[in-house]
Amino acid sequence: MDTAFFLRWIAAVTERVRADRDHLTDLDRAIGDADHGANLDRGFTAVEEALAGKPPQTPAEVLTTTGNTLIRKVGGASGPLYGTLFRTLGRSVGDVAEVSQEVLAEAFAQALAAVMKLGSAQEGDKTMIDALAPAVQKMRASLEAAAQAAHDGARATTPMRARKGRASYLGERSIGHQDPGATSMALVIDALRAA
Amino acid sequence: MVGIVLISHSAALAEEAVALAVGIAGEDAPIRPAGGTDDGDLGTSLTKLEEAVAEVDQGDGVVLIMDLGSAVLTARTFVEDRADVVLADAPFVEGAVNALVTAGTGAALDEVVAAAEEARTIGKLC
Repeated sequence: MDTAFFLRWIAAVTERVRADRDHLTDLDRAIGDADHGANLDRGFTAVEEALAGKPPQTPAEVLTTTGNTLIRKVGGASGPLYGTLFRTLGRSVGDVAEVSQEVLAEAFAQALAAVMKLGSAQEGDKTMIDALAPAVQKMRASLEAAAQAAHDGARATTPMRARKGRASYLGERSIGHQDPGATSMALVIDALRAA
Repeated sequence: MVGIVLISHSAALAEEAVALAVGIAGEDAPIRPAGGTDDGDLGTSLTKLEEAVAEVDQGDGVVLIMDLGSAVLTARTFVEDRADVVLADAPFVEGAVNALVTAGTGAALDEVVAAAEEARTIGKLC
């Protein structure tokens, strides 16, 4: 997986976030503050501009620019969380021209740990971790298996009661709604297959 | 002097919290707000946070006091690269007042953080 692969991944994420913007915002309207789709769309649109403005030369540069831009431009809690995910991926793959699936899987494991630490979240808290953690477990096997695990993980958030994030203020009322952060995380991981 | 930055989801809340703290504690130490997104919506701006920290930074360290959600996450992300900027796990308003009073005495960074965090343990009805 070379620089072009990672650029295609980010482009696919940007396209899907734009297409699913209203769906993500609707999920967030149910148990949050109805800005998740708009925030991510603003963030990835800024990423698109940043990558076009200064074309990256390595996979790590693609990932680091993406992370830094999301932290600066998203405005909501998903900015630092997704920003940390991509920055940690960038740091972990290192200054190389090609990334193997094994290195990517290890980078995702480190990114999962970093995002969990930043948000003080565990699996089962009804957050993006519920899509990311099962995907990381499958990433060494195949990107298809990881994407499937992410989607299954996102769907499994519906009956959960939120213990972290904006939805946790709702207590019992957070039950019965799929988590917007887990849903967008599944979209991000699924886009790896299109890269 | 230790500097203080109040980070809120809301620009108005951050500004008013600074005004309240200064009204009670005086402005012997520098304190600035960093609230809302770049567009003025609810949320947090790393750019506003960086600017506020630069304004209050006199070389003795800076304490960040946050309200909730993205304010906490943005602050945590910011301090990853800055050993001289410290998060206080404190109630937003009471922590700000305590921190400003203590910073105004010329106290060190760890003392200002401790003063802010002490506000958590002080009850309002007892």
